[in-house]
Amino acid sequence: MRDEAIRNLAMRMADDALIYGHRNAEWTGLAPTLEEDIAFSSTAQDKFGHAQSLYAFLQSLGGPDPDTAAFMRDEKEFLCCHFVEFETIDYAVALMRHFLFDTAERLRYGFLERSSVEPLAQLARKIRGEIKYHTLHARTWVQVLGAQGNEESRLRMQSAANHCYPMAFSIFEPSAHEDVLRAEGIFAGEVELQEAWREEVAKVFAEASLSVPEVADVTAHYGGRRGYHTDALAPLIAEMTEVYRIDPTATW
Amino acid sequence: MSDSQPLQSLDPRVNRLGLPSDPAEQAFTPTAPLEHLETYEVFHQAKTGARHVHVGSVHAPSHAVAVLFAKEQFGRRSQTVNMWVVKTEDIVAISPDDADFFTTTPEKDFREASGYKVMQKINAFKKARKEAAEQSGAPTTPTEAGV
Repeated sequence: MRDEAIRNLAMRMADDALIYGHRNAEWTGLAPTLEEDIAFSSTAQDKFGHAQSLYAFLQSLGGPDPDTAAFMRDEKEFLCCHFVEFETIDYAVALMRHFLFDTAERLRYGFLERSSVEPLAQLARKIRGEIKYHTLHARTWVQVLGAQGNEESRLRMQSAANHCYPMAFSIFEPSAHEDVLRAEGIFAGEVELQEAWREEVAKVFAEASLSVPEVADVTAHYGGRRGYHTDALAPLIAEMTEVYRIDPTATW
Repeated sequence: MSDSQPLQSLDPRVNRLGLPSDPAEQAFTPTAPLEHLETYEVFHQAKTGARHVHVGSVHAPSHAVAVLFAKEQFGRRSQTVNMWVVKTEDIVAISPDDADFFTTTPEKDFREASGYKVMQKINAFKKARKEAAEQSGAPTTPTEAGV
């Protein structure tokens, strides 16, 4: 039970990082300014690093090697949440997802620094600075385009928030292992994470003159953690794995 | 309006944007350069206590964003402990017209540290210390005392 809970948690996190990293990497060459393009792409690369570390940890628990895990699985085997799957060509939406997702990542890895699973705790401590930068980057843009921006920028960020915020709750879709994770001191659990996240997001939104959208049903976008995905994921995986699958035995 | 095909690219991301193949059809008008941005100069520190070295500039709407950009433009590859950003317009420089301040500087070799004959003193000191050690029978260097 304990091993299955650990594997499930690491797989969810790894798949989130991989798919979210891929979506953000799609902005490479297309972001609004040269400097932002490089900054956003670098944070996307960092996410691939997090995914690779987690897949390597899963390999040590008997899983496939990281490349096979990332490039050879079917859509149904991915455990990422719906929030990281959708494509956007609106940079306000990309930034808002960046803020909402990375705020959750910072809190999640913060909890994991005290995990009883030493490899996860070590990883959390190692990447603390990276994630701190990711959230600073996101929060700064929310501030600059929110309270410090003009009416158009604030409205575009509010509209992005209205689009993203309800979907972001899919991050916190509980697993079947929540009790084990808490009892074994592995992870504080999705419920506690969601509440910490909700508080942090509300604080930053208030500072940025953005209102927190109403959410009728936090479970509306659940499914990803059980392998049920949106229409956006299959094309993403096809594109992401296209070259690798031509010859999986090739060395790079 | 024209019914021309959207821009075709080898990059699937570009195709998904559905851009018109003729740039004249673009619905948006380009903004003036740096309309919302300013230039900031970036200084990079490689080690604690080392000097901050000017490494380039970034365009940003505020100091806070300039720091974000500086970190990724100039700190993502090399060893870094700190960075500064300064608004370019806040830097006061000597006018290029006044470069003649420095015309005669190369002639003033008496200001170079090489003017001091310090190596003679250092060598004399080392020799005296070695002789003193030999007389007392003590090893001259720690490595000779070992293996």
